[in-house]
Amino acid sequence: MRYRVKIEVSLKPGHSDPEGETTAKSLKGLRYPVETVKVSKVYEVFLHAKSLKEVQRHADEMCRRLLANPTKDNYRFNIEEVK
Amino acid sequence: MKKEDINVCIMRVAGTNCDAETKRAFDDLGVKAEVVHSNEIVKKRNLLDYSALIFPGGFSHGDYVRAGAIWAKEALAKIGDDLKEFVEEERPILGICNGFQVLVEIGLLPGFEGIAEYPEAALATNTPIGYHCSWVYVRHENSGKCIFTRKVAKGKVLRIPVAHAEGRFVLPKENENRYLEKLYGNDQLVFRYCAENGEPANGQYPINPNGAFHDIAGICNPAGTVFGLMPHPERSYYGWQLPDWTRRERTLTYGDGRLIFESVVEYLTKKF
Repeated sequence: MRYRVKIEVSLKPGHSDPEGETTAKSLKGLRYPVETVKVSKVYEVFLHAKSLKEVQRHADEMCRRLLANPTKDNYRFNIEEVK
Repeated sequence: MKKEDINVCIMRVAGTNCDAETKRAFDDLGVKAEVVHSNEIVKKRNLLDYSALIFPGGFSHGDYVRAGAIWAKEALAKIGDDLKEFVEEERPILGICNGFQVLVEIGLLPGFEGIAEYPEAALATNTPIGYHCSWVYVRHENSGKCIFTRKVAKGKVLRIPVAHAEGRFVLPKENENRYLEKLYGNDQLVFRYCAENGEPANGQYPINPNGAFHDIAGICNPAGTVFGLMPHPERSYYGWQLPDWTRRERTLTYGDGRLIFESVVEYLTKKF
């Protein structure tokens, strides 16, 4: 079966987000009523697996081993079966 | 080990830089150093033929995902066992700039309990944001554990340049104080950003160029044989690399960065 895993890696609360702060400043400069901006990264991973459980295991491992650094990052993902 | 028997591996991948400058520093000290692509090391499985390993600066694999992350995980997956043995035998490993990011992502630094399964620190996006390239001052904080700075007196201020966009050293918020105490307790703290007179930066930009927690610029592992730092010592090896060398009354032959290379060479000749 073919799956799409959409993974979002974002900063843990308490860690400063210079990208978000700079973006917020710019949007405010464009006169939008922006309060704060938080930046996260989204990965769309396509893979083949035998079951949903297997995909979940792979996705979790991918995040822990490479895509997120637990010092500062949170991660979450959703899985969709695709053609 | 005789000086002529030392064989330093300067590993490179796509996007590394200053490997040539690092080699030149060792050449100047009369030590053999080779710039080797990591694929060669993987193919020949010969990491243990070398006496020291350097992860140079740059933007390995485009710094995608996080700076240093891809190279780190690749090294762990392909030569992790050799790397572990290298560390256990207390052969020195130095990570400069991107190399520091790699050592943190591998889990070798701070490496409180050996190679950590997941990173215990991170080098996050600079605050203020952006690529920052300038000469900075760092104060030597180590009491003798770090084998790369044994020729540097404690409290001495060194002038070395930085050049990076992701150099803000951070610890997990939930363990920040505990880990900082460990860094002090194990004598793992090596360099902190400071003013020219040695006064702490206290997070003030541009004295602290990236917003690093506790002004941390470089740390070593508990054994003192693995060392990572954001500044580039190979870019302050010679006196003529200093930005004001032509304005000085007396041109210096060498810059402060040389002390780091001298220290590791001395360690190798005495230890092995």
